[in-house]
Amino acid sequence: MKKVWIPLTYLVFIVLLIIPILKIFTGSWAEGWSGFIEALTRKQSLHALMMTGIIVVVVTVLNTIFGVMLALYLVRATWLGQRIKNLLNSLVDLPYAVSPVIGGLMIVLILGPSTALGAFFEDIGFKIVYALPGMILATLFVTFPLMVREVMPVLQEIGAQQEEAASTLGAYSWYTFWHVTWPSIRWGVIYGVVLTVARSLGEFGAVLVVSGNIMNKTQTATTLVYQDVENFNVVAANGVALVLAAFSVGLLLLMEWAKKRKEVH
Amino acid sequence: MHIEVRGLNKQFGDFHAVRDVGFEIAKGHLIGLLGPSGGGKTSILRMLAGLESPTSGDIIFHGKRVNDLPPQERGIGFVFQNYALFKHMTVFDNVAFGLKVKKQSKDQIRDRVMQLIELTGLKGFEHRYPHQLSGGQRQRVAFARALAPEPQLLLLDEPFAAIDAKIRTELRTWLKEMIERVGITSIFVTHDQDEAIEVADEIMIINKGRLEQKGSPWDIYKNPQTQFVASFIGESTMVEQVERLRGFEEAANWPGTQALIRPEYIEIGKRHEFRIPSATVQGRVKHLHFRGSEWMVEVEVGDIKLITYRSLEKDVLQPGEEVHVLIHRAYLFNDNDTWIMENKLKEDPMPVHI
Amino acid sequence: MNIRFRSRWWSFGFRSTIMLYFVLLIVLPIIGIYTQSFKLGWTPFWESISDPLAWKAVLLTLKLAIIATVINIFLGTMIGWVLIRYRFPGRRLLNSLVDLPFALPTAVGGLMILLLLGPNSLVGSIASGMGFDIVFHEPAIVVAMVFVTFPFVIRAVQPLLEEMDKSEEEAAYTLGASKSHTFFNVIFPSMLPGISSGAMLAFSRALAEFGAVVLVAGNIPGKTLIASVYIFGEIESDNPQGAAAVSVMLLTLSFLILWAVNLVQTRRLGK
Repeated sequence: MKKVWIPLTYLVFIVLLIIPILKIFTGSWAEGWSGFIEALTRKQSLHALMMTGIIVVVVTVLNTIFGVMLALYLVRATWLGQRIKNLLNSLVDLPYAVSPVIGGLMIVLILGPSTALGAFFEDIGFKIVYALPGMILATLFVTFPLMVREVMPVLQEIGAQQEEAASTLGAYSWYTFWHVTWPSIRWGVIYGVVLTVARSLGEFGAVLVVSGNIMNKTQTATTLVYQDVENFNVVAANGVALVLAAFSVGLLLLMEWAKKRKEVH
Repeated sequence: MHIEVRGLNKQFGDFHAVRDVGFEIAKGHLIGLLGPSGGGKTSILRMLAGLESPTSGDIIFHGKRVNDLPPQERGIGFVFQNYALFKHMTVFDNVAFGLKVKKQSKDQIRDRVMQLIELTGLKGFEHRYPHQLSGGQRQRVAFARALAPEPQLLLLDEPFAAIDAKIRTELRTWLKEMIERVGITSIFVTHDQDEAIEVADEIMIINKGRLEQKGSPWDIYKNPQTQFVASFIGESTMVEQVERLRGFEEAANWPGTQALIRPEYIEIGKRHEFRIPSATVQGRVKHLHFRGSEWMVEVEVGDIKLITYRSLEKDVLQPGEEVHVLIHRAYLFNDNDTWIMENKLKEDPMPVHI
Repeated sequence: MNIRFRSRWWSFGFRSTIMLYFVLLIVLPIIGIYTQSFKLGWTPFWESISDPLAWKAVLLTLKLAIIATVINIFLGTMIGWVLIRYRFPGRRLLNSLVDLPFALPTAVGGLMILLLLGPNSLVGSIASGMGFDIVFHEPAIVVAMVFVTFPFVIRAVQPLLEEMDKSEEEAAYTLGASKSHTFFNVIFPSMLPGISSGAMLAFSRALAEFGAVVLVAGNIPGKTLIASVYIFGEIESDNPQGAAAVSVMLLTLSFLILWAVNLVQTRRLGK
């Protein structure tokens, strides 16, 4: 049996994952080095990569802070009843169940230029939909569960005793968090960051809907790939896609490294 | 620190974990909270520490009500059941934690930590991590860590539960000595009566959230005030119809009364071994178990089964042998009351006045 | 006393901020979309849904998502088993590759499939030579869905296999059970919760998938237009009402699935 299953597994991996990845590499070199460079140094490519970069940084920072705090509350807080905790806990997963396109649509529906809120913000000169804030919001929504879901099980596993011990030794919550809790959840947070970066880097549907995909203004790397494909400019699409894929593979490697480090500790 | 607790109650949802508990503890005493698992002992301890807030009742330290003080400000040390050592810190850093929080100077911290490490016999281990220590060593670290900020009250939750039976006795003596030397008021929780009797100055017996009895170990052994205490402390056999035993016929005056008889209140032997044979009843040896230093004998009196011990120095009995059984006293209890009844026949029926 | 007072206000403000963030970011938009789709009453909602293109898109999505999920159940169970139970060269590498579809932007995934199976590619030309179209037809959508949801079943089965007590299996052998009997009566039942919750997650993700599919589907209304692309089209043609109505249908379906997953998991934990 073993002789059948292992080659079969290899086959699935090669067909489904390895060949496609290689194809992106070869595809972007189809017109040689210059074609690849040209695809990347187009004005819209550079702008799109910059937009993606901004979104990744802002979203990761915000969702890390809020995600860790919410995880702490959902596991530890005594000021929340158990029922409310359970309810909030299941609400955390909602973005998983929501198609990214729908996620984007929600933001358009609530904050779009034709809504009361959207009009209000536009009046004070703060454009949300079809602008960067909306794209960040959409990505925040989509990536929110990742951090919470990485940190919560770690908190549950370590239990509250070490924190209680710290409090009987006179430490208040801030000190306890940094000196007792943080060292234990550090790796969970790192995983969460990696996942959040990967997801916000690759977010497409929600951003596409919210941004309007305006070249050189609200276009991100993934929506640029989409546009290039739609325009049958496959080589250019490949160039940008290669950069994104390289980042993803890099993140995956980082994750593996982190897991190994953690096992050593 | 002088501690007073009044009308303490704790409810977790529908579960009434602690009911109307009140007591006072004098400064410098070592108290054992003893009772079966899940009886509310740990809840009481955690409320004293401020880790749990009481549903009602007052906790008073030094004449000052501390209910609303967070654990950080109560001046207590807490040793957790699984020690809760900071596992990413060395022994030194664990012990130093409470001092660092207080922002003491580096030198002060060093001196105090080294002093405690020496006191607890952990010298040479200060740079190890908790996972590199044995259970007993971890317990010492937890103890040193709790003592470092010089608390006024030391609380220990099942301090020996996670330790091998062999070194447990050793650690008990060590801890008792240590606490005496430091002179700190201490309360520890245990479900092991030997532990409580051996270590504590005073024992509080907690069952189903109630304080059943408080007193010195000897007091509690000698004068159990409730049925639970009588059956929980020491060994005993339950007898449903004690009035059927000779010398206890009076018990029939209180219908529904049952009795607890401790093995050490029963003597068995041949007729000549007794000073007043008329006070004995006839019984039959059912089983004999060799217990290393003595015999444990199961003996039947009528259809009542009793358990007692017999010295190895005396004649060896055989299963099935007819013996005389002398029951000195029994704890009688019914729904309202508990009292001790002496064997009426032991008072010599024909006293010879000189 | 003063310090404590201040810290209490601080922590109150802190807590409210976190909770507000959570509610505003996650809960409010979802309430928003439900109210939007029913804002004009039941009739427009019903009209939006009963548009044949709309329900055809939803049905197509359901059908293809089910096919993709079934494929993933088989692949995922097999791969999860192989990666945990066998030791062979490259095992660690394959194990980390499993997460690739999670890490890779879905648009990039779609592009990869397009490049591999497209009309100009080797596979594509062979297939069309045999009278069999892949890209811009249903098979490509299924491939995209399988690719994107590939890790779910594997990652749900692995921990179960890992924590499974080997002695259970050994006990079955000592009781005279054959290998296949042991697998189906001892091992498989303990993998089942993982398979089912992984499959449901994969299914709900396949229902929602947009990026990978939009590039390969061709999006021919009534034929290869799946629900999320339909919603996108409605938004582009400035019909948020119709988009919201179909979204509500899709969302409700996903919520039911998520709820079922939660139920399965809590039941497992309860045991």
